[in-house]
Amino acid sequence: MAVKVMIPTPLRAYAGKQESVEVQAKTVAEALTALTGTFGELKKHLFSDDGRLRSFVNVYVNDEDIRYLQKDQTQVREGDTISIVPSIAGGARI
Amino acid sequence: MSVASLKVRDEMMRRIHAHGVETYPHECCGALLGRDNDDTREVVDLLPLANRRDDSPRNRFEVTPDDVRLAEKTAREKKLELIGWYHSHPDAPARPSEYDRDHAWPWYSYIIVSVQKGEPKDTTSWRLHDDRAGYDPEAIEIIMHTSSI
Repeated sequence: MAVKVMIPTPLRAYAGKQESVEVQAKTVAEALTALTGTFGELKKHLFSDDGRLRSFVNVYVNDEDIRYLQKDQTQVREGDTISIVPSIAGGARI
Repeated sequence: MSVASLKVRDEMMRRIHAHGVETYPHECCGALLGRDNDDTREVVDLLPLANRRDDSPRNRFEVTPDDVRLAEKTAREKKLELIGWYHSHPDAPARPSEYDRDHAWPWYSYIIVSVQKGEPKDTTSWRLHDDRAGYDPEAIEIIMHTSSI
C-alpha cells in the first residue's frame, strides 16, 4: 500500500528536507521501517535504543492516535496518511 | 565551529520572564514563533501554553501534541514558523538537564529561563546535537523592537 508519512519540521533536515515521504507498507511499523531505511538519520530521533518509539513521538493514522488503535501494528490502506507529531517535554535536573 | 545566534525581540524576552514569574514555583512553557533562514533565526512572537505535567510541575513540563498542532496553526496564521520552545527552571540553573536532552527534538531552539525565588535570572538558548549526545548553545541577541509584527 502506498502511504504518505508526514515529517514534522524538526526532522525534515534528515528526510531530504521533505514535508512528506511516500512509502510502501501494510502497517505503521512497516512504514516507519521503510522511512528509516531510506533516511537512516531519522531512526535515533524516532526510536530509543531498545527499538521502541520514543515517548514524545506521537503517530497518527488519518488523525487517529495509534495508541488507541493497534499501535505499530495498525494496518494502513492505500492513500492513508501517517503523521508524526511531537510532544515537547523537559524540566530541571532536580 | 561558531556558536549559532538567536535574535529575540525585547518584548518577547520580557514576556517569557513574566510567564516564568507568573507560574513560579512551577515550570512555565510556550512556543517560539518567528523566522528561520539559513543564517539567522529570530523570535518574533510567542504562544504561552499550559504545562500539562500536573503531577510534577515544579521540575517538569510537557506540551501535548494537540498544543503542538495549535502552535503550528498559530504560526501559520501569523505567517511565521514554529521555531522552538521556552520553559523555566524554578530555582535551578538555565542549563538543559539530562531530562531536557533526552526529550528534545533537533532543529528547535530551546530557551530556558532560570527563575530564582520568583525572579527571572539567567536566560539561555540551546539546540540539540544531530547525534542527540548534547546541546549546542545559541547566543541570544536581544533586538529592540517597537513596531507591530
